Amino acid sequence: MTDNNEKRYIISVLVENEFGSLSRIAGLFSARGYNIHCLNVAPTNDESISRMTIVTMCNEQKINQVMKQLDKLVDIVNVKDLTEETHIEREMLLLKLKCNKNQREELKRLVDIFRARIIDVTDTTYTVELTGASEKILAFVNSMGKIKIIEMVRSGALGISRGRDSLENIKRG
Amino acid sequence: MKLSGSEIIIECLKKEGVEYIFGYPGGAVLHIYDALFNTDKIKHVLVRHEQGATHAADGYARACGKPGVVLVTSGPGITNCVTGLATAHMDSIPMIVISGQVSRQYVGSDAFQEADATGITRPITKHNFLIDSRESIAEVFKKAFKIATTGRPGPVLIDIPKDLTDPKVKISFSYPKKINLRSYKPAIRESREKIDEVAELISKAKKPMIYTGGGVILGNAHKHLYSLVKKLNYPITNTLMGLGGYPATDNQFLGMLGMHGTYEANMAMHDCDVLLAIGARFDDRVTGDTSKFCPSAKIIHIDVDPSSISKIISVDHSLVGETAFILKQLNKSLDRYIKKIDTKSIDKWWRKIEKWKKKKCLDYKKSKDIIKPQQVIETLYEITKGNAFVTSDVGQHQMWAAQYYKFDKPNRWINSGGLGTMGFGLPAAMGVKLAYPKSEVVCVTGEASILMCIQELATCLQYHLPIKIVNLNNRYMGMVRQWQEFFYEGRYAMSYMEALPDFCKLSTSFGHIGIQIDKPNELEVKMKEAMKMKNRLVFIDIITDQEENVYPMIKSGQAHNEMHLSPTNEDTELA
Repeated sequence: MTDNNEKRYIISVLVENEFGSLSRIAGLFSARGYNIHCLNVAPTNDESISRMTIVTMCNEQKINQVMKQLDKLVDIVNVKDLTEETHIEREMLLLKLKCNKNQREELKRLVDIFRARIIDVTDTTYTVELTGASEKILAFVNSMGKIKIIEMVRSGALGISRGRDSLENIKRG
Repeated sequence: MKLSGSEIIIECLKKEGVEYIFGYPGGAVLHIYDALFNTDKIKHVLVRHEQGATHAADGYARACGKPGVVLVTSGPGITNCVTGLATAHMDSIPMIVISGQVSRQYVGSDAFQEADATGITRPITKHNFLIDSRESIAEVFKKAFKIATTGRPGPVLIDIPKDLTDPKVKISFSYPKKINLRSYKPAIRESREKIDEVAELISKAKKPMIYTGGGVILGNAHKHLYSLVKKLNYPITNTLMGLGGYPATDNQFLGMLGMHGTYEANMAMHDCDVLLAIGARFDDRVTGDTSKFCPSAKIIHIDVDPSSISKIISVDHSLVGETAFILKQLNKSLDRYIKKIDTKSIDKWWRKIEKWKKKKCLDYKKSKDIIKPQQVIETLYEITKGNAFVTSDVGQHQMWAAQYYKFDKPNRWINSGGLGTMGFGLPAAMGVKLAYPKSEVVCVTGEASILMCIQELATCLQYHLPIKIVNLNNRYMGMVRQWQEFFYEGRYAMSYMEALPDFCKLSTSFGHIGIQIDKPNELEVKMKEAMKMKNRLVFIDIITDQEENVYPMIKSGQAHNEMHLSPTNEDTELA
């Protein structure tokens, strides 16, 4: 279903680092028909807790439900919508490219412009690493032109609020 | 004290005050059954199918408020519990299901009777656990009972691999007195400002309506609700799940609302200017077309679950917390606003409602030749003086029971409202009878539904559960037939119940008594006779009118004021 009022939301979730937590969250999204654009999960400095960043496309009424339904899951320690507040978003891209001699200069130029890094080279391929907001990642990928992309992997967005605010601070209990 | 995993499980259940376990043994839980064999504190009820265990535990919980406990084996044991878990989950019933799992070394190897119990039940439980060490058993049980019974209650599954229940390996045991779950803190009460704001709005209403659901019963808030309603002199309606939350014989009660609700309740919903929803979740069977729902009302929603607020219908005010606490707070606050009530407008509103009531939407025509299903429920109500616990299955009989049996007390009306599970009624009645052995327990069912868990008649014999089964036998899946009549031009595809058993012989073969009633003039006498057999399960098979429909009815996509009334009613002048 397409909805003209849909927009991109970025949500941070603190979740008990327990068996099945990820599947509970993924299951919630699929069972209730919510969209997951991307999802990232990894442990935090507190080893009992993992942090997720979820990017979803939906309308305002739905995002309220998404937040409440997430909060209702017993494993979830805290959940926050970062979209409206000042926050930083980063994503990492690894791009393996097939690059002939004529294209090498062009690629190096693009790598410089986007402040990416070449992290692996063979006689026919280059692997590039780039960190940035999702738009930057997309712009870089789109600028490849005739350089052939062999494979591509993205981490999905990571989000954190600016300033003193912390999801950990408002961790309940 | 050193105990094996199995003994720890039994000790945990004792500490939680569990009286009954509904279960069925199998390979992965044999150690636990062996430990159970050595205790006389907990009584085990052997069902004939695991679905029956879950519904029985569910019925027990709905009747007495304590969590129902189920014990089943791995694989098919737990997959047979899926319908029961989903039923309890939809209606927010506290339940603990303990399922055996294959030993840890075999998990994930497609071992004999292995199923991913936590995976399968994740969306149909409030929470579930796979225990991974002996040391965590006690803590998991403590957490499970807390989660199942607090906030918005629900079923919790505990999956335990067989090796952890090995009687030879013993560890020290102590049951935690308290458990802190940092990620689980259900809301309890609201701020005074928010309560006052709502109280003021309620007091300003000219055409108020109160609509309450299962949350009032689950939250044990019926007394507070009664004081609130009496204090305000406002009309009240209950959802299917909320029946009994407010006395049905009280003159402020307008009957059930929704798809098969009364004319007066639905009309009052449509016309009200302030709607107070308490412990109800705006289910589609209640709201009808959401775009036409209570078009001119300010809506206030009280619920323990924040995710229920503005989920279906966007509300103007919400109070999140335990219904009993919130209503207590609200009652107190209302005492200060009560003088603001515009009693003239309220009287005028009542006069309008009285006109709607005169429509007598539940009237039906009796016949000399064939028993009308509505008449069976009315007779049952009179014979039991409204005091019975009534369980039901799903379909027309369920709606007639809800419409014609007037529940004055909470926890007496036990039905699968959310999931609509056929087969629920009989096993649920077993659970209720165990919770209240001295009370009259009646299962109102239909000839299609009852066959879905009929095997539990054997359980009833083994544990001497003298419930009464009132089978409204119209030889059709009645509600399916009704929809086919209305929406499929009478093409009764697969809804006719061919090859029905002789229910009297069937119950006799299970060791019970079966009687059939097919003449209207014998209905009362024979039903009375059946009900008098206090110590026997009696299967009362009642041959009813095949073509009777449930009215009023709001067809899908229609609003509360667009009800279809019974033909008996339609020609009477609209008030």
